[in-house]
Parts: sequence; C-alpha cells; structure tokens
Amino acid sequence: MRLKAILTPIVAVLVFLSLWEALVWIMGWPNYKMASPSDLVPAYIRYWNLFLVMGWQTLWRTVAGLLLAIVVGTALGMVMGFSRTMRDALYPLLVGFNAIPKATVVPIIALMFVGYHDVNTVLIAFMISFFPIAVSISIGLSTLEPEYRDILRSLGASQSTIFWKIALPKTLPEFFGALKVAVTLAFIGTNLMEIVSPHGRGLGALFDSGKTNADYPLMFAVLIALAFLGIVLYYVVVALEKVFAGWAERTPT
Amino acid sequence: MTNLIEIRDVRHSYQTQSGPLPVLDGLNVTVPTGGFCAVVGPSGCGKSTLTRLIAGLMKPDQGEVWLHGERVTGPRNTVGMAFQNPVLLEWRTILQNVVLPLEIVPTKLSRKQQEDRARYLLALVGLSGFEDKRPSELSGGMRQRASLCRALVHQPEVLILDEPFGALDAFTREDLWQTMHRVKEKEPFTGVLITHDLRESIFLADQVIVLSGRPARTQFVLDVPDTGPRDLDHLYTAQAAEMLHVLRHQIEIAQGRAAA
Repeated sequence: MRLKAILTPIVAVLVFLSLWEALVWIMGWPNYKMASPSDLVPAYIRYWNLFLVMGWQTLWRTVAGLLLAIVVGTALGMVMGFSRTMRDALYPLLVGFNAIPKATVVPIIALMFVGYHDVNTVLIAFMISFFPIAVSISIGLSTLEPEYRDILRSLGASQSTIFWKIALPKTLPEFFGALKVAVTLAFIGTNLMEIVSPHGRGLGALFDSGKTNADYPLMFAVLIALAFLGIVLYYVVVALEKVFAGWAERTPT
Repeated sequence: MTNLIEIRDVRHSYQTQSGPLPVLDGLNVTVPTGGFCAVVGPSGCGKSTLTRLIAGLMKPDQGEVWLHGERVTGPRNTVGMAFQNPVLLEWRTILQNVVLPLEIVPTKLSRKQQEDRARYLLALVGLSGFEDKRPSELSGGMRQRASLCRALVHQPEVLILDEPFGALDAFTREDLWQTMHRVKEKEPFTGVLITHDLRESIFLADQVIVLSGRPARTQFVLDVPDTGPRDLDHLYTAQAAEMLHVLRHQIEIAQGRAAA
C-alpha cells in the first residue's frame, strides 16, 4: 500500500511528460513555440550550477516570506478572531489590500527599497501570502463554540490558557489548509520580484535571462524547476500537518 | 443539613437591540449538600442562564447566588460542568480529555495519579479499554460518559448538568441514568440537572423545580420521596405516574396552556 502511494504520483508525472513530448513531436512545434521535455535535459545539464544557486535563492526567500506571513498572519488573525471591533475595522482594509494585484506593487516596492533585492523579494512573498492565513485563523477563533470556553473558564482558567489549550489546537486544521494555499502564492510573489527587478537573482532572474538570450528551453526548464520546488514545499507542509493536526484526519469507514 | 447552593430572588435580563429582555424574574433555588435538583420548564425560559449563574460565568442583575456559604462573584474550581454537546477535544485521547481539568485546577496529584483517577472514573462509567481512543472513534453515548468523567475528575462539590442526555436515543439515555446513580454513590456530589425530560427528572433528582415561562420564576417545587435505590421499574409505579402527572400539569401552566 505504502509503495503504491509513492508510485502513483510518479507514474502520473511520467505520463504527463510523455504526453507533452508526444504533443510537441506530433504538432512539429519548434522549441521557441513550445519546448519539449527532451529539450529541457540539455538545459539542466548546461546550467546545473546556476539552477542550484538560483533555486536556493528562490527557495530561501520564499520560505522567509512564508515565515513572516505566518507570524504576521497569525497575529492579525488572533486580533480579529478575539475582537469583534477589530474584525469590523480590519477586514475592509485587508480585503482592499489583497485586491491590489501584486504585480503592480512590485515596481513600487522595488523603488522603495532600491538595492535591497533580498528584502524586496521576501516582502512581496510575504504580502501575497499572509491574507489566507489571517482569515483562516480569525475564522477558526471566532467560530469556537462557547461551551469549549465555558469548560475551562468555569474552572477559573485564564484567557491565555484557553487560547493555548483549546483555541489554538482547534484552529490548526484551518491554518494548515491556508498554509497550503500560501505556499504557492509565496512562490508567485518571489518570482514576480525576481523577474521584474533589474539585476535580480533567483529562478525568476534565470527565466528573464533565458528570455533576453532567446534560450527557450531554459525558460521552460525554469518553469519546471519552480513547479518542483513548489511541490517539495507543499509536501513539507503536508508532513507538518500530519504531525500537528493529524487528529483531524478521519479514517474512512 | 446545610444548603450548598442558594439562589435568592435572582433577576436577570439580556440586552438586545429592542431593549432589555428579562429572562429570570424571581428565581429561588436551594439545594442541600449531597442533594440532586432537577430544573424543568418551557424551552427558552432561562434554564441555561441559571447554570451559568451557578458556575460564576455571569453575574445576575439582582439577587444573590451562594455556594457553600460564599457569595459567587466569579468562576470557582469547585464546579464541574457537562453540556448537551460533550465538547471533547478531538486532538486529545479520551484519557487526556478527562485529565484536562487537573491541568487547570491546582492539584497535589502527580501525573501518574491524575491518570489513575481518570482511569478509575472511566471504568466507573463503563469506558474501560477506551482510554487511548480519540473522541471521533466513540459513539454519542460514550462521548457523553467521557464528558461526565471530565466534569468529575477534580472532585467538584457541585456538578452542573445542562441537558447532558438530550441528544441521545431513549435506551442510551436510560443506560446513562443508571450510570449516574452508580457514579453518585461512589463520587458524591451536589447536582443541578437542567432537563426537558420529566421521567429523567424524577428518576435522577430528589427535588424537581418547575420554572415558569419567560421571564422565569420558581413556579413549583416537587420533592421526590426517597424510596431507596432506584431502578427503571420505579418509573412504572403508580407513585411515579402521579408525580409525572403533577409535573406535566405544572409545565402546561408554565406554557400558559392551563389555568393555575
């Protein structure tokens, strides 16, 4: 059973790659229209050291942005979850902020902290990914049934005890759901900045150089590398979820 | 005999958009130490408000609530509560759920002794062997049994039961009634039971208080004679039928459907 759980996604990826290869081959597309998987292999071999360096750049900035989003998102969510007034006050602001396309914010941030490429990138990754976390924590806390509070409050427990013993663990499944969304969003944020800012680094910059040098297989290779990083980070979140919120998963009966 | 719980002429209103809504208006309840008092009344008459007042979770607008000769001004850890919703914490095992109050209330017990006490209570309600299960693996009746253990684990003086058997099927409910008698024998407490079930009230309690419709006041008090250990057959005696009939009539008065 365990083996099957690992093999299934691998087979799915192989099938996808073969269909892609076949499509390009049958249609007779040149590689500037659509590169095929077999075009990517030489690109990886030629630039493997760049992929490692740039991939690491993108990864650590995305993770840093995510961690920032978790800290700020959780804090905002707590404030909104516990206080009706703060919820009424902050929601319109947050929704408005989230509705601004981040592609338009990128040049503003790039100018604001010109020369600090790392800071810019982490900032955009954070800005694009904290919203779902804040919303999920606030909903989790504000929908806590009053009986749960009463059980501890009637024993004289403090607000912070109630938060640590009940509110926080009860919110974890929602939190991890939001974190899975936030992971992919954070990658978008990181890459937006890497592509747009001049003299950028990371996979986004590598993509941009592929574009300037008309190296089309390199551009596709970057996209696949990004997808790979996204999958890795997603499964890290899934593993954390299993450890901290595994109780929420029901075994099918 | 001293009175453990005394509620004197309590009045309380909730603030709503259309002005204050009085829910309690002249409520008097006294329960002696070791007594078991059932409170019945029409839906929405303020029965749950009563439990929150005794637990110190809220203060009455007027009147006084006394527990063990002390005026209640806030929550105190000599109270145990169980609700219709068992509210077990899903990320804890049944044993960890039962131990929870001992993590809040100051206790001299070691971790091992706390768990032994929880195991003892779980055995008392018939849940031996389920200590390490998660709440989601248990049936509704079993969860309610575990919730009862959690309410008793810190040896509270007062056990407040807010319709704990309301969501269970009839047979499971009768099982739990008998469990309650067994538990009270081994783990003495003073009980307040909110219920809609008249049979439940006379089977478990020694005093049944009928509340009037909203705003609630004490309308009628029925003393259930002490006839020794009770079993379910007691519910089919002429005496029980008589008591149920009286209570039924009082409920109809409370609902405004019969003249006093």
